[in-house]
Amino acid sequence: MTGVERIEATFRQAAAANRAAFMPYHAMGYPNRAATIEVIRTLSENGADLFEIGIPHSDPLADGPTIQTATYLALTQGTTVKDCLAMVRELRAAGVTQPFCAMTYYNPLFAYGVDRFVADAVAAGIDGLIVPDLPPEEAEQLESACRKAGLATIYLLAPTSTDERIRFVASHATGFIYLVSVTGITGARTDLPPDLAAFVGRVRKATNLPLAVGFGIGTGAQARAVAQIADGVIVGSALVKAAGSPDGISAVAALGKEPPPPGAAPGHHPVRWCPPP
Amino acid sequence: MTAGQSKAVTAKVNYAAYPDEAGHFGPYGGKFVPETLMPALEELEEVYLKSKLDKEFQAELEYLLRTFVGRPTPITYAERLTEHFGGPRIYIKREDLAHTGAHKINNALGQALLMKRKMKKTRIVAETGAGQHGVATATVAAKLGIECVVYMGTVDMARQQPNVYRMKLLGTEMRGVESGSKTLKDAINEAIRDWVTNVRNTHYLLGSALGPHPYPAMVRDFQSVIGRESLRQMLDPSIGPGRLPDAVVACVGGGSNAIGMFHPFLEYETVRLIGVEAGGRGITGGEHAARFADPKMGRLGVLQGTKSYVLQDDDGQIALTHSISAGLDYASIGPEHAWLRDQGRTEYTYATDEEALEGVRLLSQYEGIIPALESAHAVAHLVKLAPQMGRDQILLVNLSGRGDKDLATIMKELGEL
Ligand SMILES: Cc1ncc(COP(=O)(O)O)c(C=O)c1O
Repeated sequence: MTGVERIEATFRQAAAANRAAFMPYHAMGYPNRAATIEVIRTLSENGADLFEIGIPHSDPLADGPTIQTATYLALTQGTTVKDCLAMVRELRAAGVTQPFCAMTYYNPLFAYGVDRFVADAVAAGIDGLIVPDLPPEEAEQLESACRKAGLATIYLLAPTSTDERIRFVASHATGFIYLVSVTGITGARTDLPPDLAAFVGRVRKATNLPLAVGFGIGTGAQARAVAQIADGVIVGSALVKAAGSPDGISAVAALGKEPPPPGAAPGHHPVRWCPPP
Repeated sequence: MTAGQSKAVTAKVNYAAYPDEAGHFGPYGGKFVPETLMPALEELEEVYLKSKLDKEFQAELEYLLRTFVGRPTPITYAERLTEHFGGPRIYIKREDLAHTGAHKINNALGQALLMKRKMKKTRIVAETGAGQHGVATATVAAKLGIECVVYMGTVDMARQQPNVYRMKLLGTEMRGVESGSKTLKDAINEAIRDWVTNVRNTHYLLGSALGPHPYPAMVRDFQSVIGRESLRQMLDPSIGPGRLPDAVVACVGGGSNAIGMFHPFLEYETVRLIGVEAGGRGITGGEHAARFADPKMGRLGVLQGTKSYVLQDDDGQIALTHSISAGLDYASIGPEHAWLRDQGRTEYTYATDEEALEGVRLLSQYEGIIPALESAHAVAHLVKLAPQMGRDQILLVNLSGRGDKDLATIMKELGEL
């Protein structure tokens, strides 16, 4: 199976169980290498459907303080792109089977070499790529390498995206589309934006791809609310914060168990995604 | 054209045709930003392109440049410096005499007016390194009645204290940035984060010929008033030499004063165009901001919205830079400079901290002009360039700003005089 197929299968399974996929984000190398492995393994046994793994960059301009601090610490401990790929291999060897989507800014990937990165990522066990500062307009080389390798190119859409841009970006996306819940940067927030449902609805009209919502989701209640309208719930800063706390692993396990996905949320979300023929 | 050379050589490249529609200068430039900002960039591009043809807008901009900024700024014949070097004849373009003391206001005024007249936005965010762009932005924000927030690294705040106070006095909210190296690059990250969050009512007033399209082209266009005036003044025998210069020198941080000066001269292929980067403590130790001079760290990359030369490590992490001048202390360079360099049309060199300080001393004592530390890098290069040029040749230096803001640093470095 290719990465794209594995990601599609994951959303299909979640949809069949009448739930949204739980998609935790973790910053690779935070708070250290061993803990990273432990955090992801723990989550893989506690409800995670798909992982977003953050490869640290010195200038994370789409990230808020929590992820900035975490990735900065990972970098100061010497975490490299190669190390991140090695951690993925280790996690695969340890039996973690959920799809991995690498999230990184374009420069580390560009410096590594786009084609070489895609090849090494696939070999390590990565299934898709999320590059928040790379809109489809600039992604020709990466897209063509990913198409050949079966790696998903996951693009972001934002509440500010016009209908025309939604169609354009969707036409370049594979795997799923990442909907940024708020006009803003990553980081847990107390409230979901009121126009989120309308935004998800606008994107639904343009694509059959699964839609995952992220940025600002920090509590079980928020995750359940998002699960009513989206196919996937991405939890980042709240998990990173938990992973960095003194009893990190049990905090992470607890967060994973709190029903976002597992356990049907009341008034479960209707399954709108039809897998492409 | 009047005296001297005519538009002798037809340019090989149609420089005016760049960037292309997607904002690329050959392999450089483009738009590398989060999706949230893409619609804002599209809107900005549209209003900026329209404003170029909008007579009313251009007339108001010109009126404000004349009556508020004090343009045109003069060119000054540097007679004693010329004698000191034994030629060439040196002329200085006096951007230090523009209101607020640097060229930065040309762009700040242009963008703020564009926002005020053509966009439905009410708030400006900006980054600043030396504080000159921040002061210029705070100034036009006060003049036009716009809410303004300026981000500045705390290292830069410490070394440019007078400008911090100036911005506050002008009614701007200052936000210190503690992340990363606490300098210009980190201030830009924070300004972009603010912009992403508040993009519906906020314009990002970027201060150099950097960032995602259309900024490099738009900032260049607003700064090109420097080169257009210089060209006219040099050709006017009652002010200048009555002919084109043989070489033009400017310092290059992000590259806005240099591209503003160079751009109108591009088609005159006999005119050498030389950019001077910050050599910091020298290239070999890696403590500098000379993107073109260090093949080990200066490579093609993407930083803060644009593809250009970027100082970085093998893993694509952005390098920490050093320069005595906060305004040149940045890891990347405007994409048009990288492209012009590839065309062989522009050349780049660097001056170290020490050489820049010598530039400060030279210009102060021979010409009665205390330059900004940034601009002093351009002056410093004359020490090397002048001996290579003929007595009767003409050299034009862009003095991008005045040195008042740097007195504390200069006093610390030069000590008792
Ligand atoms: C006086 C002066 N000159 C030059 C610069 C460098 O910027 P640029 O390369 O965009 O002209 C600055 C930036 O702060 C400045 O204040």
